[in-house]
Amino acid sequence: MLNKIPEQIRRLSVVLAVVIAAVAIARYVVLPSSLIDTRFHRESTVQREVAKNIQFAGASVCAACHAEQAGKNRVGYHKTVSCEACHGPARAHTEDPSIKPTKPKTREFCVFCHGYDASRPTGFPQINPVLHNPLKSCATCHNPHDPVPPEVPRECSACHAQIANIKTVSPHALIGCTSCHSVPAKHKVTPRSVRPTKPQARDFCGQCHAKESERKDAPKIDLPTHGGRFLCWDCHYPHRPERI
Amino acid sequence: MKIMNRRKFLKKAILFIPAVGVLRRLVGDAHGKATAEGYDPANHLYGMGIDIDKCIGCGLCIDACKNENNVPKEPFFCRTWVERYVIKKDGSVVVESIETGKEKGRQKTNEADILRSFFVPKLCNQCENPPCVQVCPVGATFATEDGVVLVDSKRCIGCRYCIQACPYGARYLHPETRTADKCTFCYHRIVKGLLPACVEVCPTQARIFGDLKSMASRLVRFKRTKRIHVLKPHLNTEPKVYYASLDGEVR
Repeated sequence: MLNKIPEQIRRLSVVLAVVIAAVAIARYVVLPSSLIDTRFHRESTVQREVAKNIQFAGASVCAACHAEQAGKNRVGYHKTVSCEACHGPARAHTEDPSIKPTKPKTREFCVFCHGYDASRPTGFPQINPVLHNPLKSCATCHNPHDPVPPEVPRECSACHAQIANIKTVSPHALIGCTSCHSVPAKHKVTPRSVRPTKPQARDFCGQCHAKESERKDAPKIDLPTHGGRFLCWDCHYPHRPERI
Repeated sequence: MKIMNRRKFLKKAILFIPAVGVLRRLVGDAHGKATAEGYDPANHLYGMGIDIDKCIGCGLCIDACKNENNVPKEPFFCRTWVERYVIKKDGSVVVESIETGKEKGRQKTNEADILRSFFVPKLCNQCENPPCVQVCPVGATFATEDGVVLVDSKRCIGCRYCIQACPYGARYLHPETRTADKCTFCYHRIVKGLLPACVEVCPTQARIFGDLKSMASRLVRFKRTKRIHVLKPHLNTEPKVYYASLDGEVR
């Protein structure tokens, strides 16, 4: 039966068989399976990823030992700031407490977040690091775990500097803010939720500027006829009324 | 030529069948051991939400990422970075990557010229249809079952094709290993239930991390309550990084 096949075919098939065998050996024996099976190399990649070292211990770990600071931090303005945001990666510290995490002491660190930058969202507390108590460490006035202004602002100009600057060059310079605005104490702590009052009626300005007023240095007008139905501050900006 | 008789054949077959069973078992074990104990990647699908309104551009995320993932400290190697967008009154847009550390850049544009300005944190979008995976000639990069695109650094040949292919510019060539490197959502942390390092340190919670398969996760809530956009939706990559309050100028 074999003799019936022409010899050239037989030789060719031997060569072909050798080639196929060589390829098969190379594919299944020589090459390691990890090179061919995607599952193997993918699993080993995942294994390698999972085995990587953790540097940041995570937000919940620190409170186990540092309950005081964590409790303070949880209720303050910095409640969204995790410990490791400022103190750096602390995984090593959880395993061996003698390895201390960092403690940022310089002004530069706080300025990363609190330096003035036009791109930052409005309402985020920002300062000008050049003008704001230069060379003092931030922690001397602000407790970083529960940052509040060190004392309630003594002067309105601490926040309302623009108005204060205008007022200093006006005839009203010597009139205190509280003469016209009554400021609830809470306004100094939560400025946006509790607002100071503003004068509501013409009579308020009339206390000094009406003809009948006792006050000598204020320019006088006839309150019932001056300006008709308009309110005083529709025409005169109270923080900078016309200079005499 | 020695011919195998029936008895010999049966003897070898009896040995062969259990041997195959043992081999299959070993393969199965290797498969199961890949991730942490009690972790099944099939039950998770990870994503990240970014709230542009909350980002203050402090750069802590960049530093934390470099710390956690052994990324070179030079500013041009990053797995995550933050861009500052300045849209001027004349309509021109200036985009720059913020610097970290002491040389942290302040904005250089004159404030009077700014119409609006904001920060956009960026990272690998862990696409559902990742172009980087399609182009890799050696199959070194792939998406895991839980939706994270990883790079096999042993298989990667450093051809940079994926770096070219990524429409978000999220990959770089690691100068030490000479292989492509990218954000993994801190895969070694998330499988153990921790948050990625950048999310961990973000002081304003501008970054939200969560599991899309769990209805109780913060990310699902974030997606439900905000108007969500993704970057370059026309490319149909289906990113899993979701941006809230994204400006139309952001590319």
